[in-house]
Amino acid sequence: MIQLQGKGVSKGVTSGPVYFFRRSDATVTKVENADPAAEKARLAEAQEKSIEQLNRLADKCREEAGEEAAVLFETHAMFVEDEDYVECIMDTMESEGCNAEFAVQTAGEQFAAMFAAMEDAYMRARAADIRDVTTRILNNLMGVIEGGIDSEVPVVLAADDLAPSETLQLDKSKILGFMTQGGSGNSHTAILARTMGIPAICGLGEQLQPAMEGSVAYVDGETGTVTLDPDEPTLAAFEAKRKKQQEMKLLMQTMKGQQDVTLDGREMMVYCNIGSPDDLSAVLNNDGRGIGLFRSEFLYLKASDFPTEDAQFEAYKAVAAGMKGKRVVIRTLDIGADKQVAYFDMKKEENPALGVRAIRICLNRPEIFRTQLRALYRASAFGKVAIMFPMITSVWEVRECKRFCAEVMAELDREGIAYNPKTEIGIMIETPASIFVADALAKEVDFFSVGTNDLTQYTLACDRQANDLGRFFDPHHPAVLRALKIATDAAHAAGIWIGICGELGADLSLLETFLAIGIDELSVSPSSVLPLRAAIRKSTARTCTLEKLDC
Amino acid sequence: MTKFDYTIKDPIGIHARPAGNLAKLAKSFADAVVTLTKGDMTVKASQLMKVMSMGIKCGDQITVGVEGGDEAGVADAVRKFFEENL
Repeated sequence: MIQLQGKGVSKGVTSGPVYFFRRSDATVTKVENADPAAEKARLAEAQEKSIEQLNRLADKCREEAGEEAAVLFETHAMFVEDEDYVECIMDTMESEGCNAEFAVQTAGEQFAAMFAAMEDAYMRARAADIRDVTTRILNNLMGVIEGGIDSEVPVVLAADDLAPSETLQLDKSKILGFMTQGGSGNSHTAILARTMGIPAICGLGEQLQPAMEGSVAYVDGETGTVTLDPDEPTLAAFEAKRKKQQEMKLLMQTMKGQQDVTLDGREMMVYCNIGSPDDLSAVLNNDGRGIGLFRSEFLYLKASDFPTEDAQFEAYKAVAAGMKGKRVVIRTLDIGADKQVAYFDMKKEENPALGVRAIRICLNRPEIFRTQLRALYRASAFGKVAIMFPMITSVWEVRECKRFCAEVMAELDREGIAYNPKTEIGIMIETPASIFVADALAKEVDFFSVGTNDLTQYTLACDRQANDLGRFFDPHHPAVLRALKIATDAAHAAGIWIGICGELGADLSLLETFLAIGIDELSVSPSSVLPLRAAIRKSTARTCTLEKLDC
Repeated sequence: MTKFDYTIKDPIGIHARPAGNLAKLAKSFADAVVTLTKGDMTVKASQLMKVMSMGIKCGDQITVGVEGGDEAGVADAVRKFFEENL
């Protein structure tokens, strides 16, 4: 048995023969004293062929992956004919007397560099498109047949990494899953695999060797493990997982488009937790009714310096607009404790979980807070944004946050920038203090959302990072559940809604307790939406009891 | 030359899709040249990559110019395109 460990970037299990993606790595060489007329004719032919291929890809994509991806290829087709790009190729051919290949490559590099140097993140990302188009023209010039899969049976496709057009031109009926040496959860391969619902593992590195071609690989896109020649227990576990997956698939199909309502008519809002705009497709694919927690940390954790207002705005706007009017709760910066960022230059703390973290950083460093709030309010013009403050313990903190919001709105008014003045403001309920003063807090805000991991940690005095606390760290502890009840009663008395955005929300064994307590919203990872919906639809809220709150 | 000013309303600005469609439209007028000016930079609307590289954002004001052919007619068609797409 051989096992390779990578990063699972698209869930699901599958098995099949390994097939290595074949990419011609024909290198471009410069030929001088070429015949300009002949080279121009070759270029024209390659352009025509490229445009044909791209339009075909766009059609295919429209059926398989949706309109947005299709437009990408239509734009690529226009790039092929772009006046300046073509002029640059022609100029190079004429001035250097060289072959079309060299001229195309030169122009491609020049234009990709131009986009790569732009300020706007969206435009910078277009450099990859230019390179992709350039490669296509080059392939057509050199007569390279692009990597179809030369296999009669479906395969697990292995590669170093795949470009967007490479991924899409593959015959999908022949692919069971992807495994790549490089790439990340945000790479095109991963995103497309998720869109297509195929398992994918990236970052396998050198362990993934061409010699494995033909062996049967057992791929688990959840754990990121690839197994060759499995022993019996491993195989049995794999098959059990596959069976479960098939049952889930059937369940998923019946649950899409269904209401999140119990047998006796109690509605629950089933929302999703996401960590970046890339997760939006998973929310839509799983029919999430909103986003209950958009963690803004990714913007800070990925960057090497404070993210700008514009960069943040783009990310928030993408999600707000993508959800088309459904609620998107964005949590303001929640770093400190287990999430550290070098450029924040935080003092080392003896006890970081009880230290300067989350809202405390924001209130101490207004310039950081104001930048984020401006980006959030600007994004509120593009969808139903709600702003949520983490780690609240006191009413004065909430009032101070609201004062910041009012100031930011006044600034935007002065600058004539659009925003939604009715943007909902909510707080995380994750400290015992916020439970004890929940009635007062509820009067200040539009909603509560319970972070069960931190609430458990602070209520039970158990460090959530410590591995050896085991049975002492118990999110089902009656103290935690009673805290939920107190917060819910306070929220309802003030006429506001309350949700759970911690991992506990997806814990189906507590669903009846949540219904009995009166929780209005559960925000879970996108893949948990449909199973949760199925459980809600089988429940009867009226008969649910608070017995788990008893000791 | 016929000119008009326009303020971009599309939240992402002139991104790939509308830029592509604009280039297509501009090329469809045989004897008129459509230009876009932002600040001191002017490009032909048919120059897809150049137009994108101007990085025109939501709220930016640009000037559209039409030279030659049925200037008023072309300007109307282009204005309509901007109003509907950008």
